[in-house]
Amino acid sequence: MTQQVPLLNLTGITKAFPGCVANDDIDLIIQPGEIHALLGENGAGKSTLVKIIYGILKADKGTIEWNGEQVSIDNPSIARQLGIAMVFQHFSLFDALTVVENIALGMENSVDLTELEKRILEISTNYGLPLDPKRHVYTLSVGERQRIEIIRCLLQSPRLLVMDEPTSVLTPQEVEKLFATLRRLSTEGVSILYISHKLDEIRVLCQTATILRLGKRVSDADPRKETARSLAAMMMGKELQSPARPPKVTHVDKARLEVKDLSLEAIDDFGVDLKNVALHVNAGEILGIAGVAGNGQNELLDALSGERSCDSSNSITMDGNPCATLAPDARRRLGFGCVPEERLGHGAVPDMSLAENTYLTAYAQMNLTNNGMIQTAARDEFSDRIIREYRVKCTDRQASAASLSGGNLQKFIVGREILQNPGVLVVSQPTWGVDAGAAAAIQEALIALAENGSAVLVISQDLDELMQISNRICAICAGVVSESIPTEQATVEQIGLLMGGATNQASVL
Amino acid sequence: MTLDFIVLALLTIITAATPLVFAAMGELITEKSGVLNLGVEGMMLTGAVTGFASVFFFESAIVACIAAMLAGTLTALLFAFLVLTLQASQVATGLALTIFGVGLSALLGQNMVGIAYEGLPTLSIPYLTELPIVGKLLFGQDFLVYLSLALPFLVAWFLYRTRAGLILRAVGDSHDAAHAIGYPVIRIRYCATLFGGAMAGLAGAYLSLVYSPMWVENMTAGRGWIALALVVFATWRPWRLFLGAYLFGGITILQLHAQAVGINIASQFMSMLPYIITIVVLVLISRDRNKIKLNAPACIGKPFHPAA
Repeated sequence: MTQQVPLLNLTGITKAFPGCVANDDIDLIIQPGEIHALLGENGAGKSTLVKIIYGILKADKGTIEWNGEQVSIDNPSIARQLGIAMVFQHFSLFDALTVVENIALGMENSVDLTELEKRILEISTNYGLPLDPKRHVYTLSVGERQRIEIIRCLLQSPRLLVMDEPTSVLTPQEVEKLFATLRRLSTEGVSILYISHKLDEIRVLCQTATILRLGKRVSDADPRKETARSLAAMMMGKELQSPARPPKVTHVDKARLEVKDLSLEAIDDFGVDLKNVALHVNAGEILGIAGVAGNGQNELLDALSGERSCDSSNSITMDGNPCATLAPDARRRLGFGCVPEERLGHGAVPDMSLAENTYLTAYAQMNLTNNGMIQTAARDEFSDRIIREYRVKCTDRQASAASLSGGNLQKFIVGREILQNPGVLVVSQPTWGVDAGAAAAIQEALIALAENGSAVLVISQDLDELMQISNRICAICAGVVSESIPTEQATVEQIGLLMGGATNQASVL
Repeated sequence: MTLDFIVLALLTIITAATPLVFAAMGELITEKSGVLNLGVEGMMLTGAVTGFASVFFFESAIVACIAAMLAGTLTALLFAFLVLTLQASQVATGLALTIFGVGLSALLGQNMVGIAYEGLPTLSIPYLTELPIVGKLLFGQDFLVYLSLALPFLVAWFLYRTRAGLILRAVGDSHDAAHAIGYPVIRIRYCATLFGGAMAGLAGAYLSLVYSPMWVENMTAGRGWIALALVVFATWRPWRLFLGAYLFGGITILQLHAQAVGINIASQFMSMLPYIITIVVLVLISRDRNKIKLNAPACIGKPFHPAA
């Protein structure tokens, strides 16, 4: 192959924030038409680097060459003019606007909306990304929302497409479709910069990988020639612990959490109604509930945690106690623990200290109140125990919850719930946005809790994770929970179909 | 006789509704961009006193209106600087702006209490204006009334038909997303807030030049707050807002006439009516959660930190 001019050539990119150097002297070369992976743990500086490429942030030092010419990308508009398009990790969409309005906002020039609608339909049929331009974004599933972002990018005929964790919200089937689209773009000469935690995906999709650790570029690799383990080792700088496995079920079939015929109407049109949910979790096992976001997971968690009370008091029983009509703190007294998906604002009060956040869920179980007075010594001791045992990186227990990184806060919240020794623990998205090291620690903790005789229910979009740690798996789709399948008999394809709404198991098995 | 009475009532209803249309449309634009300015009352008062002073100083109604808009814009600029540049709390700053406007206008208007003004010139087209009944109603108003009638068309067209309006709504719906795509969130919010200030100033001028052509301390009498309530209960839609303003104006006038006729109800209760009825009616017609979700600016009142 002849030596060609790289499409994008970054040299010596450095960007410092108060208190940390996010990018330290990073070089990156992207050739035309290649699919290039950017790998690294949380906080390795991936997002900062792509924000610099897209002009949202400005580098302190370093040069950017585009097609061999030095350029200065001061804002996203310049990036788009060069031919750089970006699909964000957290979608930059406007819920109250329609698809076509959203796409128009991402275009450089004023466009006629009816004309644009035609072009959207053209691209969506051309690339197999079905999308109705007239619908409002809030009515769309996460997968459909991502299609908006991708179509928005494709309309600009980009030379470089940047994708930040695009598959974390998709079913396995949707991931396949996305990869087909990306491969096709690559053959058409579009370069793709692909950021993901999912090493297996990178191995099948990407031709080159640049690995970042703590803001520095540590190495380049050909992901097709590496294993997921070797890539992880490069990311972390050490060997990954042995992969998680389901807890060994030693306890007899004794259901600690039983849900029968649970129906719950959504609060508004943006939620999903739960329809006749039935499930049980035995002592000593982990039940996984797979599903694409927005299929009733939040409603299920609200119903189980007691944030919304349900009609019939017999539809949820915990260790034989009917508790469907009990409030959250009454359920906690029965030995119930809960880790919601949203960490800041739901799992923890952002501006309160870790010690105060500890008190808020643990006061009953850990006897932290005496005659209405907070037992500060006991509270602080318990907080310190969480921080110590779960290796939460923070200044001390007085640090505000909002000051912790996502992964550290998650370790803290999971630790806080597990150390209260709950009989039943419900966890939603335990390792979402958490790096591999912290994720492994959280998974280990969940398994250890189950092996001690608790019942653990894990709601997750990450199917690989569920396949690793749960004893049984079921899927939730449009508020309906499927029957469970023992993990050793389940395949990713089966669960994927259940997640997509295949109603009965027979059609899947 | 009754026909004359109806025409007279309609004429006064228009004058009662017009200042609300201005103030509320301005606030609608401000809020659609995600900024909650609770200082409408203060901006109206500043506009009212400036307009009244200017009409004597410059001896031109149009210049007086422009001066009132400038005064409203300046107070809004102060607000925008505090909440957008310095990121102060929008609620607290807005309340302070109202109190500031009350005090400032009383100070500026000290020497003008008791002076009367003849009112804005009205349109006069030969024959047309002299037509019975409709003549005065359709062709005999002052220019501000015609402007206020055009305003809902203009605002609706701007918000839903122009790219600038789309960007404004986008900024109010998600400032983070708008920033990520590359729109200047702060600059857009400055413009929207200043427009709101100009409209509030004009609403104030209408009160002191037309509605009761004189200067009285605190003469807005809570209309700034009603304008704010109208925006919310009209679920941020220009035409509902317009209807709400006329509903309020209508009941204000009807209860005045009812009092004049001598209906035996406590006058304090009658004065409460327009406020209560307007709010109840708008609450009843805007209970649909989806409509609210669709039209309410999701980012309203939230400060925007661009660095992250």
